[in-house]
Amino acid sequence: MTVPRGLIAGAGLAILFIAGALLSFLWTPYDILTLSIPDRLQPPSAAHWLGTDHLGRDMLSMVMMGARTSIAVALLAVGIGMGLGVPLGLWAAARRGSLLDEVIMRGNDLIFAFPSLVIAILITAVFGAGAMNAIIAIGIFNIPVFARLTRGAALSFWARDFILAARVSGKSPARISVEHILPNIANLMIVQGTIQFSLGILAEAALSYIGLGAQPPMASWGRMLADAQTLVSIAPHVALVPGFAIILLVLGLNLMGDGLRDMLDPRIRVARV
Amino acid sequence: MIRYTATRLISLCISLIVASLVIFTVVEVFPGDPAAYMLGVNAQPDTVAALRAELGLDMSRPARYLAWVSGMVQGDFGQSYTYRTPVSQMIMDRIWVSLPLALFALVLTVLIAFPAGIYAASRRGGAGDIGVMGATQLGVAIPNFWFAMILVLIFAIHLRWFSAGGFPGWDKGLWPGIKALILPAVALALPQAAILSRVMRSSLLDMLGEDFIRTARAKGLSRRQALWRHALRNAMIPVLTIIGLQFSFLLAGGIVIEQVFFLPGLGRLIFQAISARDLIVVESVVMLLVFLVIVVNFAVDIAYAAVDPRLRVRR
Amino acid sequence: MTLLAVQGLNVSIRAVQILHEVTLEVAAGEVVAITGESGSGKSMTALAVMGLLPDRSMATGRVVLDGADLLALSEAQMCSIRGRDIGMVFQEPMTALNPVQTIGAQVAETIRIHEGIGKAQAWTRARDMLARVGLPEARFPLTRYPHELSGGQRQRVVIAMAIALRPKLLIADEPTTALDVTTQAHILDLLRDLASEFGMGLLMITHDLAVVAQMADRIVVMQKGRVAETGPTAQLFAAMKHPYTRALFAASAHRVNLPPAPAPVPLLQVRGVTRTYRQPRRSLFGPRAVVDAVADVSFTLHKGERLGLVGESGCGKSTLTRAILGLEDVQAGEITLNGAPVWSANRSNLAVRRQMQVVFQDPYGSFNPRHRVSRLITEPFHLLPHPPQGEVRDAAIARALTDVGLSPDDAHKYIHEFSGGQRQRIAIARALINDPDLIVFDEAVSALDVSVRAQVLDLLADLCRKRPLSYLFISHDLHVVHSVTDRVMVMQAGRIVEQGVTEEVFGNPQHAYTKTLLAAAPRLPEIGGISHVT
Repeated sequence: MTVPRGLIAGAGLAILFIAGALLSFLWTPYDILTLSIPDRLQPPSAAHWLGTDHLGRDMLSMVMMGARTSIAVALLAVGIGMGLGVPLGLWAAARRGSLLDEVIMRGNDLIFAFPSLVIAILITAVFGAGAMNAIIAIGIFNIPVFARLTRGAALSFWARDFILAARVSGKSPARISVEHILPNIANLMIVQGTIQFSLGILAEAALSYIGLGAQPPMASWGRMLADAQTLVSIAPHVALVPGFAIILLVLGLNLMGDGLRDMLDPRIRVARV
Repeated sequence: MIRYTATRLISLCISLIVASLVIFTVVEVFPGDPAAYMLGVNAQPDTVAALRAELGLDMSRPARYLAWVSGMVQGDFGQSYTYRTPVSQMIMDRIWVSLPLALFALVLTVLIAFPAGIYAASRRGGAGDIGVMGATQLGVAIPNFWFAMILVLIFAIHLRWFSAGGFPGWDKGLWPGIKALILPAVALALPQAAILSRVMRSSLLDMLGEDFIRTARAKGLSRRQALWRHALRNAMIPVLTIIGLQFSFLLAGGIVIEQVFFLPGLGRLIFQAISARDLIVVESVVMLLVFLVIVVNFAVDIAYAAVDPRLRVRR
Repeated sequence: MTLLAVQGLNVSIRAVQILHEVTLEVAAGEVVAITGESGSGKSMTALAVMGLLPDRSMATGRVVLDGADLLALSEAQMCSIRGRDIGMVFQEPMTALNPVQTIGAQVAETIRIHEGIGKAQAWTRARDMLARVGLPEARFPLTRYPHELSGGQRQRVVIAMAIALRPKLLIADEPTTALDVTTQAHILDLLRDLASEFGMGLLMITHDLAVVAQMADRIVVMQKGRVAETGPTAQLFAAMKHPYTRALFAASAHRVNLPPAPAPVPLLQVRGVTRTYRQPRRSLFGPRAVVDAVADVSFTLHKGERLGLVGESGCGKSTLTRAILGLEDVQAGEITLNGAPVWSANRSNLAVRRQMQVVFQDPYGSFNPRHRVSRLITEPFHLLPHPPQGEVRDAAIARALTDVGLSPDDAHKYIHEFSGGQRQRIAIARALINDPDLIVFDEAVSALDVSVRAQVLDLLADLCRKRPLSYLFISHDLHVVHSVTDRVMVMQAGRIVEQGVTEEVFGNPQHAYTKTLLAAAPRLPEIGGISHVT
């Protein structure tokens, strides 16, 4: 089994950001809660590697703190999607053609009619803005992604003879789903999980950009971009730095997902929506 | 075909009913009393009661739901709590920005993705394929609103080809309106086009591995002919699914992009409504967005049957 | 006159040589069959002639069609030859046609692509061609889509496409392997008639020696990418110079030596079993049509007996199998094993089910690829109230593996480390692990090469000598059923139309359907010294 180059590059990028996010719990170059107006909008320098923002805060420290928010939100959202979507998909597949299957799948279709942004709008309108909204909104949208994928993959296994052999051995559909089907679709879920993780980063950035996600003082890349919007012509780095942070992390995760797929099973088909 | 359309139509209606129930429940049942919100904590109880009566909040919830739905069917979305103007009027003013933007972006997405995906698939493993795939890998990673900011920086601020934002209104003529939407549509479309190109390519490659392509080649078709005549139409089935999903992303993404370009679309309306706690507006706009998504997915289902004869008889 | 001459053809894919110095000839109007087991390179030879080898393959040598070396031609030149001078028919008719195009358009395309004539004209000729292959427009309009046709009908469409321009050479790669025996007979007749009518050379690739014997003027036997032996059919079968040819023939004609069946004591009793399925609604609120998959089936399988069940696809064999295994309930009738019902009180009766096991057809899909052999073959322990643990379990695994001719050490391997034949042995080991009374073989040797199949059939005979086993042997292959059963049942459209002692049913069939089946099955030629059947 050779490791694809894209996987190494992608994993390298992802690990860089995750390490930065973890490091921010212990140390950042500057304290982002300390404002220093005289130092504002400085371009990158030896003192501030990525420059400073409109309030004089160190951009590198902000990017590290923002990585924390992005990664946490996206990871939890994938957790919600997988945690609910995979069992639902397995259940639907085990009872294929039944009313239950129909209800689960139509429910999925319905959620697909609510883009995560719309869910976030609804939640915010009712409960107010916050990072939790982003997690729930993105997480809910991930459920049908995993449920459909799981059901489709599980159905292809239900048609195989080894499942019939397990049934002849008296095993229940639930047991077969856990013992035979889940291990065989695990690769697919890992690959799709990576892709949803990267989509979660993008969605979190968009939500906090329009003010429906993380609220100050929590740092977030989307908020950094929202702050940068009116300053982009004076100090382009305030927009470029968080933008590139998002692009590099998402690119890294996507390369990782594609690489994992190539390594684990080239036949896996990833849904990228 | 008629039966297929009929079943899809029924499923469309059910989706709409369930969606409206979900939205109504979330917005009207959870947050308490909009009248009290609007008047503030110091309001007199009788003022609140009067407002409640005026807004129809004194009815039972099922009655309110029915009134809301039957109103919507007739094009009456109720009165804005804040502005006291018909919500339908507010929506109509905005939708002629948001909908053209989403459709414009959808057209751009398809116009970019189809040639790119077909080109990459027909040159599988070659330099052209690797180039397109690299570009799409990057395109998928770029947040559309950031890309929009960069476009503004380059084309509006530095080159001054476009204005940095705002919308002149369609009454100023077709071209000024379209011109104002070009940058937003490009920003929305490019990341989605990257996704669709990849789907197009992989779907085509799947089809090129099918037995019927070998049959076509045995008839004397060249690779290119086999791709255009046999693989493409079969490959459209998964591509249509993605296009349907992408429409909802373009519509929702438009809300974000409108913020970058200060466009007076549904996005602006909804954010004003959220900050003013004008729940009836939020509810109506969300319902409208969901309605559009469901209708587009219905159209995709019908398109499936046009592409795939197997669907016309089954289901 | 030589139409096609393949001379010293070498093919390698990614530096692995697949074909070695393959040489063969086809004359106009002649039927030449290439035969051999899987991996012999017979299909690759056909694809090399067509110029449709997989990517990254290299072909050297000469493939001369009518004086022109095809290997020297450009891709564009090959495109003008494929479909016009050479037509090709493939194995799997279900996937060989474009699902979103009408059959008329697909046949007309062959004509239009080469002759550049108008649509109306091409369709007229497509109509004639489809009528010639047995799909007259009155019953099969050109606007039909492939999914509206059966497998045999689809294969006719593929043939119509291949011969639309009356090519000089028709290549047929296992054209009937995916079809039922009666359909196979019709398609073979059609191919032979077309070859003589059009004066086409027919290069047929098939693993089935009986089909070869029936169809071919000359035979090419291939083994591991080389031509083992070639010659006119009668001579080749008479002489069989090459040991591989003899081995192949012996394996094809192989008959197992069954121990005599003991005195009849009922084991499995099926009484008046009916299983119906409800079809999807035709109109939105219309009634759902009900189809009898199995209708009023009754039979008894005795202890120690080997009972065969033959029938074509869709006859209800699989449904009956699932009902016997207790995977599905039946609408009417009763199935008992040792007197106890397999299905009682609305659920499957586990105590009964542990007395039977099953072996499936597909040696590759029958095992979870993520489990080791030890776990795979002990899965039926789940049926036991107290599954054996530790040493008892290990001993049971070792015994089962040894009984099927494998080593106890194989228990620690994964399934991908085994060949198709070994996998079927593992499947049998899994069936044996609970010491069942009855084993159901559901097309269990159908996917195997003849030599491997002969070994597995011998193993089955061997096992029922050692253990008190009864077999229910379900297959579409009449020869296999003939050789491995004591009694046989013939199933058609959900009903058992004939049952009796195997030799009697095969020697003197009573029911019209049985007669049709037996007449349709290709036969190996009578050759002194080697016994054979059907």
